[in-house]
Amino acid sequence: MIRIQVITLVVSLLFLFYISRLIIKGRLREEYAIVWCISTLLLVLFAFWKDGLFILSDLFGVFVPTNLVFTASIFVILIYLLHLSVVSSKLYQQNKTMAQEIALLKKYAEDLKSKANTEGQSNNKAE
Amino acid sequence: MVKKLLIIIPCFNEEKSIGNLLDNLNALILPKQWLFSVLVINDCSKDKTALVAANKGANVLNLPINLGIGGAVQSGLKYAFANSFDFAVQMDGDGQHPPAELIKLLNTSEKTEASLVIGSRFLEKRGFQSSFVRRLGIAYFHFLNKIFTGKSIYDSTSGFRLFDAKAINLATRNYPDEYPEPETLVLFAKAKLKIVETPVVMAARTAGKSSIGSTASIYYCIKVTLAMFFTSIRKIQ
Repeated sequence: MIRIQVITLVVSLLFLFYISRLIIKGRLREEYAIVWCISTLLLVLFAFWKDGLFILSDLFGVFVPTNLVFTASIFVILIYLLHLSVVSSKLYQQNKTMAQEIALLKKYAEDLKSKANTEGQSNNKAE
Repeated sequence: MVKKLLIIIPCFNEEKSIGNLLDNLNALILPKQWLFSVLVINDCSKDKTALVAANKGANVLNLPINLGIGGAVQSGLKYAFANSFDFAVQMDGDGQHPPAELIKLLNTSEKTEASLVIGSRFLEKRGFQSSFVRRLGIAYFHFLNKIFTGKSIYDSTSGFRLFDAKAINLATRNYPDEYPEPETLVLFAKAKLKIVETPVVMAARTAGKSSIGSTASIYYCIKVTLAMFFTSIRKIQ
């Protein structure tokens, strides 16, 4: 095994370990962790499989293997960013609805309270 | 027949102008079939807007987080829907929409039975007409409205608008967050609601700044163009 393979392997495994810790502590939802786990596993795979990159580049007709790495990873990152934008749009929508419901409920509760207070006062007067 | 009207005043840091506006509204006398109440939407202001409004005897809806103009107005419309108001009118908290002009909207609504009555600055060239760049933008939106709604609406960015029950119902489910005015016109036109414009005279704002700065106006144009396009092809929920 050459040095770069060892480094890739160690870094990937550390990364995988960190992701699992985040999931265990409940700070990362599994559905978002999947993409991270898969990309780490790919890194591990290519750390062992030295010729893999050359074989894949030939398959796609890419002359320089590094270009395949960059193209593929940028593409995956873009898709994932889009996914995150979708998630945050959905969260915004839910957040807005919640804020509106809370405001309306608070108003309703205040109205009920002040109504009860005035009714209580008029009852006291009657006695 | 008595018609219940809710006056929705979205406010963000308007403590300087809101008191004056509420005084004017308290003194306002509408034709006798109209029964109105005022709802101030405090969009998480950092100043004493809520306190000033409550002291003037207005109903105040306090949003726990800042939602922007669209979310604030929609909260008011949801309140109108929940409390079965027949009509709701949006009136800006900065004093741009003089309460006396409201009667023109109400009269137009009774005459035409339109679902949405827009108070327009441009049908008659009187009162505050806003800056040149702003008017250029408004001409552009007039053109866009022609394309997307097939209607000729001159003041599509006017926030001074009267909703009837049908429009309120639709807007509680669909209402854009940022710069909602031109976009909702496409939505309402698509839902086959009747939209009419009536001339009103607006004042220059008494205090505070416009929600749209000069650097943001290009973003505004692009965003609204996109939003109008997508609203025109989206199915209504």
